[in-house]
Amino acid sequence: MDILESGNGELIQPFDMDDFREWNRTKKSRKLVDKLMSESEAINRFVQDGCYIGTELYGTVRAPMSLTREVIRQGKKDLRVCGQGVLELDLWLAAGLVKKLDITYIGLEVYGIPPSLRRAVENGQVETCVEWSNASITWRMKAAAMGIPFLPTRSMLGTDMLKYSSAKVVEDPFTGIKVALLPALILDVALIHVQRADKFGNCQLEGISGFALEMSRACKRLIISAEEIIPTEEIRKYPEQTAIPYFLVDAVVHAPFGSYPGEMAYLYGRDEEGIKEWVDMSSTKEGAKAYLDKYIHAVPDHAGYLNLIGEDRLKQAVKNRERRD
Amino acid sequence: MTEENYSKTELMICVAARLFEDGATCFIGTGVPMLAAMLAVKTTAPNLIPVFEFGGTGAILEELPRAVGEARTFHKGISALGICDTMETAQRGFIDYGFLGGAQIDPFGNLNSVVIGDHDHPKVRLPGSGGGNDVGSFCWKTISIMQHDSRRFVPKVDFLTTPGFLKGPGSREEAGLPPGTGPTFVVSTLALMDFEPGTCRMRLKSVHPEVSIEDVISNTGFELVIPDLVDNTDPPNSEELRILREEIDPLKFYI
Repeated sequence: MDILESGNGELIQPFDMDDFREWNRTKKSRKLVDKLMSESEAINRFVQDGCYIGTELYGTVRAPMSLTREVIRQGKKDLRVCGQGVLELDLWLAAGLVKKLDITYIGLEVYGIPPSLRRAVENGQVETCVEWSNASITWRMKAAAMGIPFLPTRSMLGTDMLKYSSAKVVEDPFTGIKVALLPALILDVALIHVQRADKFGNCQLEGISGFALEMSRACKRLIISAEEIIPTEEIRKYPEQTAIPYFLVDAVVHAPFGSYPGEMAYLYGRDEEGIKEWVDMSSTKEGAKAYLDKYIHAVPDHAGYLNLIGEDRLKQAVKNRERRD
Repeated sequence: MTEENYSKTELMICVAARLFEDGATCFIGTGVPMLAAMLAVKTTAPNLIPVFEFGGTGAILEELPRAVGEARTFHKGISALGICDTMETAQRGFIDYGFLGGAQIDPFGNLNSVVIGDHDHPKVRLPGSGGGNDVGSFCWKTISIMQHDSRRFVPKVDFLTTPGFLKGPGSREEAGLPPGTGPTFVVSTLALMDFEPGTCRMRLKSVHPEVSIEDVISNTGFELVIPDLVDNTDPPNSEELRILREEIDPLKFYI
């Protein structure tokens, strides 16, 4: 198959599908063991400096914010990051933890371009930005989830996106059309927040699934945070609701309001003031640092963070939740 | 038509809303496209099927979503699945329209949302493609919505993020993009534009109230195709403005 065009973006997470199979055979236990632990222990055990890491869903929606903050608290550095994000990746950028980015979108949505992203990229703190569309980054994870080295798609063709990615264009050997081959993406660590999990790591989701199914199957280590820890009997009663089975999971962290100040479908809505506080403070480097000091470094853990936020605001977020009726 | 005071953003939203086709499937991006879609549903396109990239399809748009993944994007929807479902649905030809914004647009409707300046040493780092490239690649028709000035309407985008007609006639097909797809309209704060068949270049279609053809030309950084007949855009009517202000964006996120 002739390669018609090659993206010049760095493949910042090289991969080998047979190594991945071997990893899944030898490093992922099939035993039902209790994986409950604190944010602190999970991040300390599974997130290494320089690792390739991703978060799901994103910043203000079912995002693993308590885990995100713990990564900053522990000062993990030189991270290579899979980037679809709002608050979570913006916080990492502001904290100076990110070295390389497979970027799709890091923005504050209704509030525009994140000043922390601009500072980190424009001053060269982030060494490399490799560009991907939202579909293509997810399909890269899907390829890994399928256990294959690439997926052919019709995304990014004809654009600078392809040139600054590490995709390759070939002629499809069956029908002759041009397709972009997207390399598989196997993350070292993924952080995913869910509505419910049991202590072994079986997870149930509500609302959109974003890219949780793909990411959970495309990583070597998976840290789950969950709003609620439920008995395994509940999982077995509704097996069709299990989005992530336990053997994919390495750690389970009980994190009520784990997505705050973002939302969690049917449990609590986003806290607009809480989000705006970051938007306002992050407009300067000093403001961003003050925010990180106040909400991360000055509190010992997630319980301390929730205490700082206070019951009234959390109750208000619950009141603002999406309802089914 | 009553005389009303309205902002350029309100005008742009009203003009965009009239372009939605009732009953069509439509990818909705963050921001102004969401307001236009809501206004369309409440006026001329009640059976529009909104699709939000992270998985929400067919939501009842009662309140303005502030993010493409939040619960309002699947509120009383017909499905709440994931990004693979929506993007694969688009890739196999099920999504009729895509509504997009961008920081720059060129004469062929190509959009930039990645960087201003050089990619590796950018003057301004923008958020990135997100689903923009996919929407512009897969949807049958794409419509872009943006402010009109010569910094945004440029001869060549600094970074080609979302494909319009690329370099002109035939170049989408040459690149491997699905045949029969591409940009159809551009809604700006000054005018409504389409694309001239044959050349695929942006063409003035109608000028908004109190805007002259010369105003549009002087705020466009490239040569627009000016046809013999240029329409006048109907101003927003009082009902459109009432719905927009009272029902869609009462908290004034955008207007």
